[in-house]
This record gives sequence, C-alpha cells and structure tokens, in this order.
Amino acid sequence: MLVLAARRFGAMVLIMAVISLILFLIFETDKLAVAGKVLGPYSTIEQRELWLEQHGYNRPFFVRYGEWVWSALHGDFGTSIRFKVPVSDLLWERLANTGLLAGLVFLFMIPLSLTLGVLAGMREGSKTDRLISLVSIVTTSTPEFASAAFLVALFVFHLGWLPGTSAMTSGFDPWQLVLPVTVLVLYDFGYVARMTRASMAEVMTSQYIRTAILKGLPRSRVILVHALRNALIAPFTVIVLQLNWLLSGVIVVEVFFAYKGFGSLLYEAATFGDIFLIEACTIVAVFVAVFSQFISDIGYMLLNPRIRFR
Amino acid sequence: MAAELEVHGIEAPSRIRRLLATLALVRESRIAMIGALLVGFWVAMAILAPVLPLFDPNQPILPLQKPLTPTPDGQSTFWLGTDHKGRDVLARLIWGSQRVLVWATLATLTAYVAGIVMGVTAGYFGGWWDEALSFLANVLLSFPVMVLYIVIITRIGASPLNIVLAVTFASAPGIMRIVRGLVLDLRNRDYVAAAQVRGEHPLYIMFVEILPNARGPLIVDACLRMGYTTIALATLGFLGLGLPPPDPDWGAMIAETQPMGAFAGHAMIFPALAVTSLVLGFNLLADGIREISLRD
Repeated sequence: MLVLAARRFGAMVLIMAVISLILFLIFETDKLAVAGKVLGPYSTIEQRELWLEQHGYNRPFFVRYGEWVWSALHGDFGTSIRFKVPVSDLLWERLANTGLLAGLVFLFMIPLSLTLGVLAGMREGSKTDRLISLVSIVTTSTPEFASAAFLVALFVFHLGWLPGTSAMTSGFDPWQLVLPVTVLVLYDFGYVARMTRASMAEVMTSQYIRTAILKGLPRSRVILVHALRNALIAPFTVIVLQLNWLLSGVIVVEVFFAYKGFGSLLYEAATFGDIFLIEACTIVAVFVAVFSQFISDIGYMLLNPRIRFR
Repeated sequence: MAAELEVHGIEAPSRIRRLLATLALVRESRIAMIGALLVGFWVAMAILAPVLPLFDPNQPILPLQKPLTPTPDGQSTFWLGTDHKGRDVLARLIWGSQRVLVWATLATLTAYVAGIVMGVTAGYFGGWWDEALSFLANVLLSFPVMVLYIVIITRIGASPLNIVLAVTFASAPGIMRIVRGLVLDLRNRDYVAAAQVRGEHPLYIMFVEILPNARGPLIVDACLRMGYTTIALATLGFLGLGLPPPDPDWGAMIAETQPMGAFAGHAMIFPALAVTSLVLGFNLLADGIREISLRD
C-alpha cells in the first residue's frame, strides 16, 4: 500500500518536472522574444540585450531553468507583463475565486449525480433509468458556452431574473454565481451520473445482492446498506478526476460571464502573450490535474480492500 | 486459377453484405437511429450548402432581424433572422456546419492515425518503446484539455492546420491508450502466433492481423471523439482562438452576439442548438453502437 502510494507520488513528481521543462522550453528558449514581450514592441535590440544581461538570461539554459523551478517552488513566478504586479499576487486571488466556483459546483453536482445515478442503476431498463440516462446524455452533449447561451437568453433577457455577467464590479454578489455554477453543474453531472449508474447496475446483479434479496431483507436496506458502499467506489474516483474537466469548463464559463477567476486569468494571459503568467497558470492547472489523479488513485486503494491488501 | 476465382467470387459479395448488415444493425437501436439521423442531417446540410438557396453567409444585408422576417425586397425570408452585422443566420449556420464537420473529421482522423500508430506499436513491441510512449501519453493527458489547446494555439497561432495539430496532441494519447490495451489483449491470439510462424513482417501483423480485430471499441470511441472535437472546435471559436473569421463558425457566432443578446438572442441560440444537436448525434450514435455490440 505505502509502496504503491510512494510510487504514484514519484510518478507525479516526474510528470511535473517534465511538464515544467517543456513549458520552459516552449516559452523561454527564445530569449530575445521574452525581452521583447517585457519591454514592448518598440524596444531596440540593444535595450533587449541589456535587459537580458541584467536579468541573468545569458547564463546556461539549465541554470536558468533550475533557478526558475527553485523560485516557482517558493511561490515566486516573476512579474506579470500585463498587470505589472507579481504573478503570485494575481494567482492566489484568482484561484480563491475559482475555488469558490468549483466548490459550489461540487456541492450541487455530487449529491445530484449520485442520487440520479443510484436511482437509475437500481432498476436497469426501468422508465426512471431511461429518463435519467436521456437527460444526462443531452446535458453532457451541450457544451458550456451553448448551455450558457440558452440560460442567459431565458433567465437574463427573457425573464430578467438573473444578472448576465459575473464580474462582481460592485462587491460580492451571490446572484452572479447562479448561472456560472448552473452551467458547470449541467455539463459535469451527466458523466458522473452515468458512471454511478453503471457501477450500481453492476453491483445489483452480483451474487451477494441476490442473496440479500432472497433472504427477505427489505429492498431499502439492501440498497442503502449492501449495495451503495460498493457502488460508490468507482464514482468517487470519477468525481475527483472531474477536477481536470472542470478546469477546462471553468475557462469557458469564466470568459462567458466575465468572472474574475483563474480560468479567465489564464485565457487573458495566453491571448496577451504574458509569458510568466501563462507559465504560472499552466503549471498550477497541471498540478491540480495531476494531484487530483494522485488523490483519486490513493482514494481508490483505500476504498477498495481488494486492492489495498494485494 | 478457377479455385481462386471462386474464392474471390464468394468473398466479394459477402463483404458488401457484411457492411450492409452492420448498417442495418443501426436500425435495431432506436438511440443509434436518432443519433444517425442528427449527424446525417448536418452532413447533408454541409454537402448541400453550395446548392441550397441561401444568402451569402458573409454578406451584410439588414442587421438584427427577428426570425421569419421577410426580406426588404419581399422576395424571400430570413428564416432564422439576421445577426448584428446583418448576415443571414440560417446561411451562416449551414455553412458553419460544413466548416465544423470538415475540420473535426480531419482533426479526428489525424489524431486517430497518430494514436493508432503509437498504440499498436507500443502494445505489440512492448519494452522501452512502450514505456516511453506511455509516459509521453501520461504527460499530455495531465493537461486539462482546454489548457493544452490554449497553450498550443496561442503559441503557434490560430490557423486550420494548427487546430488539427492541437487536436492531435490532445486526442492521440487517449486513443493510444485504448489501442494499446486492445493490442495487448489480441497479440497472444493463435492467429497472431500463426502469422509470426509464417514469417510475416511485424508491420503486416500489427496492421492487417491485429488492428482490424480491434475495430469494435474504436468505432464507438471515434463517434465519441468526433463529439468532443466538435465541442473543442466550437469552444475555440467561442474563445476567439478557432478558425479565422469572417467565415461562419458556430462558437464564434455565439461570442459575437453575446454582448447584444437582448436584441439578438436568436443569433446566439440557433448556433448553440446546432452544436448541441450535432454533438448529441455523435454521442447517441456511440451509445447505440455500444449497446448493439454488447447485445451480440
């Protein structure tokens, strides 16, 4: 168990190292381009070379890379070219905003998708099952920007109930979170619900459930006590891995609703060519994705005794 | 000679019949039928776009007309209205379907070629080659998909070819994993051993003996992936990183009209409906085919 966990951890560190190297290669191999970005398009070659010399860019590649990794590990990602403030200041504030968004999404998505999945999987092929499966396939087929367009047309322009942007320009307003959270829940719940359904349906056909039903236990007890525990192992890992998908969706939703979060920060950085900010945002996004993979692996081992004791 | 002819004589119709039988299978599942109809509708629209009596999709006529408004000359109708620049939404929708289908197909195909080559060789040869490719796949799969797209496209620029490249980077690792798993299962079959004993070239064994037998799950995955790629292309269009304007792009159509949604809600909703129906078609088709293949 510990050996497996340590091996997973090692793999995670290795992947992070490789990705940071790739990013550094992509964005900082062309030194003059970096200086050009920082000093602006009207800077002369001499100015750029002076800047490179002053900021230690003329040292060997791996020395620079090592220094970059070292300061990144200490939370220093340099200064944003666009916003003229330390990247880390921007990053933490925006991450907190996105954390709030993601937290709310999980808060609604998990109970919704697990309940629907269990209801559908309890009686495979029943009317409830068919209806739930249909709804979840339709919602997962609707990209975030499309469902955002539907909801905005209905609730903002037609009914006038909700604000159509979430920039929070005049202080925090919970109403502005309703649409972004709804859009993300709609796109993400279907997949988890389908996984839960499949897992539940499989458990319901197993020998021990048949035994429990045949020995005359009430159906509610069979499902709540016997089936659920095993049926929820697979969805757990899927839910943790949803973080990866959520990060993709968050970019679209935050851009659509002008929400000041991590996703829109990454998008702005990329379209503006703010090198240090892109590097930082990408590293953080990949870290979240890789770390959630790690957590899901460990969680699966803890939850499933058949793997734990092997 | 005669015997050979006879064999060919039997084989040729049986192959066609087999294909027909596969197509007929789709009729067995209602879900697959609906999916095939949705996809078929958009494919037909994409093919017929040049023939249909449509306005020029990039020609401004009259801005912000509601759906079903007659044109100023009274000769025709803006069935789905016009957008903020006065372009006919129906024409843009239909030409947009051609664009998204052509590039999504091309991108998925390229990703499949890359993914299959990686997966088949990794699964068949194993060893360090397998480990290197699997590690590469793990690295690429660690990126949240949209982050990978944004990093690649802002770095190399938004052109159709670069988008194909970005989709390949994002999808090939997933395809490789599936193919590799299938090949690992198939490579110990007797017919593979027979081919090895016959002294066939490894390339022949991989692509003629093994790959065709892995097609079932791959067809389902290809349908799903067409759906994902459609979403990806439209999302990139929405973010302004997609295929370049002014030619119609479903995602870009939504982004353009979003700020004036109060007057042009229709110009935002119809492209959203279009992309949803196409993706839903691919997903239902995949679901139906999976259901059919599990039944047998």
